[in-house]
Amino acid sequence: MNPWLTIALAGLLTYGIRLSFILLLERVAMPVWFQRALRFVPAAVLSAIIVPGLFDRAGTMDFSARNPQIWAGVLAIAVAWRTRNVLATIAAGIAALLVLQFLLG
Amino acid sequence: MDAVSRRQEFLNGMRDESPILLGVVPFGMIFGALALGSGLSTAAAQAMSSVVFAGSAQFIAAQLLGADASGIVILMVVFVVNLRHALYSASVAPHMRSLRPGWKLMLAYLLTDEAYAVTITHYARRGDPRARHWYFFGAGLTLWTSWQLSTAAGIFIGAQIPRDWPLGFVLPITFIALVVPALKDGAGVAAAAIAGALGLAAVGLPYKTGILVAALVGILVGMLVEGRKR
Repeated sequence: MNPWLTIALAGLLTYGIRLSFILLLERVAMPVWFQRALRFVPAAVLSAIIVPGLFDRAGTMDFSARNPQIWAGVLAIAVAWRTRNVLATIAAGIAALLVLQFLLG
Repeated sequence: MDAVSRRQEFLNGMRDESPILLGVVPFGMIFGALALGSGLSTAAAQAMSSVVFAGSAQFIAAQLLGADASGIVILMVVFVVNLRHALYSASVAPHMRSLRPGWKLMLAYLLTDEAYAVTITHYARRGDPRARHWYFFGAGLTLWTSWQLSTAAGIFIGAQIPRDWPLGFVLPITFIALVVPALKDGAGVAAAAIAGALGLAAVGLPYKTGILVAALVGILVGMLVEGRKR
């Protein structure tokens, strides 16, 4: 397949996935269980991205206690829980990471 | 609805999306450099960022294109990697029912992980229901623009990233900042905890399928916990 055709079809495919339920739910009434499920989508899918991301250091999984990202992530979760403030959480997480990177070498 | 609230929502979307750019821009640069390295032309590398506009899928597709993989295989991989976007589509759909078709078509194009995370958090919390599609637009357009520009930077000047920059860390930390404050009850916490643990356990599954599986189980657990309380 010509690379340009591949890129065009990959784009269409991706777009189709993103558009799927936006169009479908125009026509079809949502079952109650589906509505209930939707409430959990952000927390579930983003958590499934967050946790592996904390262990991932430049493409390799680091499960050792010397991985500073894990501890900075735990601290960020605590700050987010207490303050409910997005910028405070990001600042605390990155500051903690920089300090820990220095301490843990 | 007045123009002021539309403008305000648009600007708020841009503002709230901007911290994520710390994590997105380096990846865009790396993508541009890597796409060239795997043999794509500058035009094809840039086109991938604007036509496909999906980070992880682009990295894999560029490498497969460079390795002369068959087009069908590449498309199947892109489909599987991007399947989690169907969850985002379902999640934003109820908020978009009353929009005109043109808005739906455009916002679907901007529905990335990063724009979704910021927008759905805003939708769940507050926002003028008649103007908040402008928030989505502001967030999505901010991400889109920086992805195009950082891809171009990676193509033309290479990935200029400080050696100690914690590359993969900004995205998870930003998502923590969005998700954790939105956890309102035990069912939500259970959904997040199970999905997070399973996401880690399933990290070895190919083509990011672990994210989708973990998310679906997390959603199910959230519903079960919520059901028990009734």
